[in-house]
Amino acid sequence: MPATDNPVEYIEHHLTNLQVGHGFWSLHLDTLIFSWLLGAILVFVGWRVGRKLSPDAPSGLQNLLEAILEFVEGQVKSTFPGYSPLIGPLAFTVFTWVFLMNTMDLLPIDLLPKAASLMGIGHLRVVPTTDPYTTLGMALTVFVLTIYYNFRVKGPLNYLKSFLVHPFGIWLFPINIVMTVIEELAKPLSLGLRLFGNMFAGELVFMLIALLPWWAQWLPGGAWAIFHILVITLQSFIFMVLTIMYLAMAHTNDDGAH
Amino acid sequence: MNVTATLFGQMLTFAVMVAFVWRFLWGPMTRMLAERSRRIADGLAAAEKGKHDLERAQKRAVELLRETKQQATEVLAQAEKRAGEIIDEAKSHARSETENIIAAAKSEIAREINAAREQLRASVAQLAVVAAGRILEEEVDAKAHAKMLGAVVQQL
Repeated sequence: MPATDNPVEYIEHHLTNLQVGHGFWSLHLDTLIFSWLLGAILVFVGWRVGRKLSPDAPSGLQNLLEAILEFVEGQVKSTFPGYSPLIGPLAFTVFTWVFLMNTMDLLPIDLLPKAASLMGIGHLRVVPTTDPYTTLGMALTVFVLTIYYNFRVKGPLNYLKSFLVHPFGIWLFPINIVMTVIEELAKPLSLGLRLFGNMFAGELVFMLIALLPWWAQWLPGGAWAIFHILVITLQSFIFMVLTIMYLAMAHTNDDGAH
Repeated sequence: MNVTATLFGQMLTFAVMVAFVWRFLWGPMTRMLAERSRRIADGLAAAEKGKHDLERAQKRAVELLRETKQQATEVLAQAEKRAGEIIDEAKSHARSETENIIAAAKSEIAREINAAREQLRASVAQLAVVAAGRILEEEVDAKAHAKMLGAVVQQL
């Protein structure tokens, strides 16, 4: 038996956030709570491991975090010019947190919403990265950081000058301003929307699979879940690499020299 | 999509997460990893040094052994030489002693011979006097013929 008799209603139900408030103060409680929960798990595990690090006999969790850290550090070193103390923790947080939030997609699609509805909660979206507020929030934070570092490394004047002379030289400065503003704005937008789009599409496919008769679900469901393991890892990796790259570009002085 | 508090909430959450990860995980762990790689480098250097020390010690031991053997050989040779000398000394000592003994014996013999000869002379002189007395059937005055008898005896 399919999960519901009314597919459109089923999908719409699954795409509605648990929301309180109106206008600016409308809060997606499910997105916030699940991202906080996963973030808390990450911080707690990191704090537990970081509090008693053993250089000689690392435990399992420490080994895992060390491996991730060295992987992230390798990415940072191969992309980032010079040294910034922030870039490592930032990239590490992006990778692990996004990965954890993406992983929520692998839970059976109806498991937590059904449990919530039994407790009287009407709507629940469990994957925070399928909510553009999460992905664009992270992308905007990265954007703020790139502007901050552009100002600090290049100096405000140099940075603003790049809007005039890049990419066509000073004589076409009106076009340059438009082009550069679009280019700068496209960075956070594409960064946030890429992750959102991938996760949203992945979730949608899980919903469509859930609409199949129960005996036909295991094959496409299993295949998509296995493929999705790749997608969630890849998307968190891409988000991290782009974060590093945008910050690296902010740290490079001769931005227009390519 | 509107700009809502959720967006800022997530931005804030992200910033707090980064700060926490930085403070409690990334910082301590990178320090620990640096410390570990330093310790590994130190350990490798120490192992290298130990190997060198061992090699040097082995070389030194071999040298020492060789020196000691040489010394032992020298001592042995000296001892043999000394033994030979001692034997030679003893031999020469024994030889001279023998010669002394032989010389003493010879002189003793000579002395004995002389004494015997003297006695014989005296006896012969007496015998000659007695024999002459018998032949002449008279008393030979020993005193009167002492000079002649002495000459005879001297000829013996």
